[in-house]
Amino acid sequence: MSMLSVRNLKKAYGALKVTDDLSLDVEPGELHAIIGPNGAGKTTLITQLSGQSRPDSGQILFEGRDITRLGMAERVHLGLARSFQITSILPGFTVLENVALAVQAKDGSSFRFFAPVAREEVLNKAAMHKLRDVGLADRAHLKASALSHGDHRRLELAIAMATEPKLLLLDEPLAGTGGQDAEALVALLLDLKGKITTVLIEHDMDAVFSLADRISVLVYGEIIATGTPAEIRANPAVRTAYLGEEATA
Amino acid sequence: MSVAEQPMPRARMLGRTKAAWVIFALAALLPAFAALTNDPFLTVIGTRILAFAIAAMALDLILGYGAMVSFGHAAYIGFGAYSVAILSRYGITDISLHILAAMAVSAVFATITGAISIRTRGIYFIMITLAFGQMAYFFFVSLSAFGGDDGTTLADRSTFFGTRFLESDLSLYYVTLAILIGLFLLASRLVMSRFGRVLTGTRENMTRMEAVGFRPFRYQLTAFVISGCMTSIAGVILANQAEFISPAFMSWHISGELIVMVVLGGIGNLTGAIGGAVIALLLEEIIGIFTHHWKLYFGIILILVVLYSPGGVSGLVERIRGPRK
Ligand SMILES: Nc1ncnc2c1ncn2[C@@H]1O[C@H](COP(=O)(O)OP(=O)(O)O)[C@@H](O)[C@H]1O
Ligand SMILES: [Mg+2]
Repeated sequence: MSMLSVRNLKKAYGALKVTDDLSLDVEPGELHAIIGPNGAGKTTLITQLSGQSRPDSGQILFEGRDITRLGMAERVHLGLARSFQITSILPGFTVLENVALAVQAKDGSSFRFFAPVAREEVLNKAAMHKLRDVGLADRAHLKASALSHGDHRRLELAIAMATEPKLLLLDEPLAGTGGQDAEALVALLLDLKGKITTVLIEHDMDAVFSLADRISVLVYGEIIATGTPAEIRANPAVRTAYLGEEATA
Repeated sequence: MSVAEQPMPRARMLGRTKAAWVIFALAALLPAFAALTNDPFLTVIGTRILAFAIAAMALDLILGYGAMVSFGHAAYIGFGAYSVAILSRYGITDISLHILAAMAVSAVFATITGAISIRTRGIYFIMITLAFGQMAYFFFVSLSAFGGDDGTTLADRSTFFGTRFLESDLSLYYVTLAILIGLFLLASRLVMSRFGRVLTGTRENMTRMEAVGFRPFRYQLTAFVISGCMTSIAGVILANQAEFISPAFMSWHISGELIVMVVLGGIGNLTGAIGGAVIALLLEEIIGIFTHHWKLYFGIILILVVLYSPGGVSGLVERIRGPRK
């Protein structure tokens, strides 16, 4: 059984079909990249998969269960986490608090009114662990808004990981980074590969082709091809529609 | 680096807690000062100020920590005040029962109106809470058995566990101070708890909260109800202090003044709201001595504070004292 099955998903903004009868299967353990030009509908697909927006029609199955009508929070509790293309953190919280809150969401009730949460070692330890994974441990006590852009991208990843997902939806985790930051993030994703099923949206073709088990190409809301990196590279339709000279270079 | 190490904002939090205790200590000395200067009226004003400090602090819980700007919080002051009047008329005179009834009514009202208001954001939230506040106001205006528009005087103050202890202005003052301190301690725990962190998170970034698995609505509603219940206690005290109740307690002007107090003192740190209530009401008294147009001057002061110190007076104090370790 696929981990994620998307069946005939459709969504339109007015006359614009952002998701056009889209079907997709993500197998357990795979890193499935989705590529496509700007405005192809990649982010909109992620918002529908994560429950932030609703499709007009179609079905989303997660581990065989229909989650099409579930809210974002409910999907997180089933094991589906996402990161945001545009960094979305709690700017006034410390880095550690940002991650500890994500741990807290899955650790018992948050209707606890008296015990100081800052002293809950269970939350802090788990959060610190995630921060070490992404290389932010030494910045744990900084205010999140004070981080550099590259560190924001790491924090974004740490927060998503802290919800202990079975399926990770990453919307351009490298967005806006370059050089060492990008390299470090790719190394991180490589480390996650095989451990957590991942849907990766990314513009950096080197990263995509080195990381992905399979790649789907999204153009104008439609998936025009799905296959291994080698198959996608060789696919003439993909080359004309999207990759152009870049992929052959 | 140890994970037990506290995150940075704690130091600032401690500074603010200390500031609150300075205010409480000064407040405890006020009656002595009043006796020295032979001005017993100070204690009466003091009670009023402390009661408003309770309400402002309660409002800060949702305004400062949850980004919910309630423009209808005077309703809860009214529920508190009318609980005293109505229960007393039917022979239930004890303040503990008055507070209990006030909180029960407030909890019901806050649950219903909160459940509707919290689905809106920003200016819509402000307007809808104002509308609900006005509904409560007009309900009591039409309550002719209790004087309608004119209100009614209380035959006696609430009894205190069967005694007439509160008949003395001094006792009422210290009971109010004790309640304020007790609620401050409770609220301080609350904002540092798991619940408090989730509430603060919804203020910071609602989408992020949902994306890690929280449903903000239930936390916001719970905070809204707690805040309403807390505010109603201020109403119980104010009715006792004035020995008079009327719908004026719950007019939208009062709701506005509560917001002003919180913003003036600095939102989101409890102490600021308490300080804001003290400063606002003292200014009102002091400027009132010199001119009838105190609201104008007060308005100018408020604009200056908002322009030059977005953190309110507490933010200003912190900047003057420099960065704290
Ligand atoms: N909320 C919205 N309302 C109207 N149009 C939208 C909305 N969100 C996205 N779009 C449009 O849908 C198209 C796909 O956007 P998006 O999913 O962000 O693309 P991608 O992530 O692939 O760059 C774009 O043309 C965008 O302008
Ligand atoms: Mg996008």
